[in-house]
Amino acid sequence: MDVLTDNFALYGEGFLGTLRLTLYSSLLALVVGVVMAGLRVAPVAALRWIGTAWVTVLRNTPLTLLFFAMLLGLPRFGVALPFELFAVLALGCYTSAFICEAVRSGITTVPVGQGEAARSLGMTFGQTLGTVVLPQAFRTVIPPVGSTLIALAKNSAIAGSFSVVELLSTYKTLNENGYSVIWAFVWIAVGYLLLTLAISAVFNLLEKRWGVAR
Amino acid sequence: MSARTAEPSALYDIPGPRTRARHLAYGVVASLAIAAVLAFVLHLLIGTGQFAAVKWRPFTYTGIQELLLTGLANTLKAFAVAAVLSLVLGAALAAGRLSDHAPVRWVATVFVEFFRAMPVLVMIFFVFVALQVQALPALVTGLTLYNGSVLAEVFRAGVHSVPAGQREAAYALGMRKTQVMAYVLVPQAVRAMLPTIISQLVVALKDTSLGFLITYEEFLHAGRLIAINMDYTMPFIPVVLVVSTIYIGLCMLLSWCANRVARCERHNVKNRDVEVAPARAGSTMAGGGLQR
Repeated sequence: MDVLTDNFALYGEGFLGTLRLTLYSSLLALVVGVVMAGLRVAPVAALRWIGTAWVTVLRNTPLTLLFFAMLLGLPRFGVALPFELFAVLALGCYTSAFICEAVRSGITTVPVGQGEAARSLGMTFGQTLGTVVLPQAFRTVIPPVGSTLIALAKNSAIAGSFSVVELLSTYKTLNENGYSVIWAFVWIAVGYLLLTLAISAVFNLLEKRWGVAR
Repeated sequence: MSARTAEPSALYDIPGPRTRARHLAYGVVASLAIAAVLAFVLHLLIGTGQFAAVKWRPFTYTGIQELLLTGLANTLKAFAVAAVLSLVLGAALAAGRLSDHAPVRWVATVFVEFFRAMPVLVMIFFVFVALQVQALPALVTGLTLYNGSVLAEVFRAGVHSVPAGQREAAYALGMRKTQVMAYVLVPQAVRAMLPTIISQLVVALKDTSLGFLITYEEFLHAGRLIAINMDYTMPFIPVVLVVSTIYIGLCMLLSWCANRVARCERHNVKNRDVEVAPARAGSTMAGGGLQR
């Protein structure tokens, strides 16, 4: 218990760091993921290929490699950004591939009649997707998107090893200050459990409010 | 399934001649934009001298090649051990969760839910730092605990996906609990879940790169050693290009296997009664276990 009370500020800073990373990367991943899902079902073949290539490459890239390449590689081209921003970019792009797949499979669960009805009213592809299909797909993709974002929160731990302030990396300071490592890890674990439980609670709420079983 | 994708999409009309021309224009513009981005990246790479022969020369040295190959071998070793152990752990935990004895079920459930909710890296660091274990066992332990827990859920879902009639028929023939499981349910469950299991192994393969963070001498670690070497003018970008191509290639190969198995199994007569799960990384990446 001492470990937590003595170092509350340190843990708080780490927890907030993880929270920030999770929040910003989630937003980036959701935006890019939905756009890529749109590209993957577009009528233009070239756009579909772009979406497919994005998803295939990122889904098969180890996240550590992505961090390694982005955080240590981009500065060599004079791209000088704070490490945290690089971490958000890496996490967001990586997760967007999984969001894209979740949204795309959500789009296929919307009954064909919906799209056909929209088209028969003279709607274009953009209108059909944006005003008819995606809003309905949103209802079915809440659980998979939720678990993808939980995975994102857990993956953010990798950023700590690339000099970003976050929860897991607090163990180093505690270890140096002579605190029990085991207890340090127990409280880190509690922090991650809190975060994942919170995300899951938010998505359960969304699911209860808007979800439909199809 | 394949018949449906061959049909025109419900989202847009079959294009007429004018729309086709418009789509072609969009396609050309999009391709040009991508080409422009790629050209810009290439320009940056060439501009900073990344394709200079001196930066690539290290790859022709046998010492460097051996270093990279040893790294790759270490990565594959960690993957192989972790994969086998997580399959074993997954089977054991699934058996626990499907047990008739409530306490066994509770223990297995708590174990599975806890390790699915924890970041793999926290477990790896815990074993490595707090328990003072070597890098390889620490990496393998972390990967096994996480992937074993996820696989347990996959196995359990597989057993539940076998229609109840199969189990009832087996019991009607006088089979015992273990026999029903071993001869009737598990063979069908494994066939149905094989694509998902392979997809999860892709996750394990990707996660072996976490060994880099605990200084396990794996592939990325070998790459870093070359990249920070002053003698070779620090060929960072060439190293990233080589390492990522091989890493992504390996993972894509395994993903492709998963898709192929999914296609084959779907047409297998032995799977007439169960539905083969599609090979989707999205479904297996799901952590937390709190979402259904």
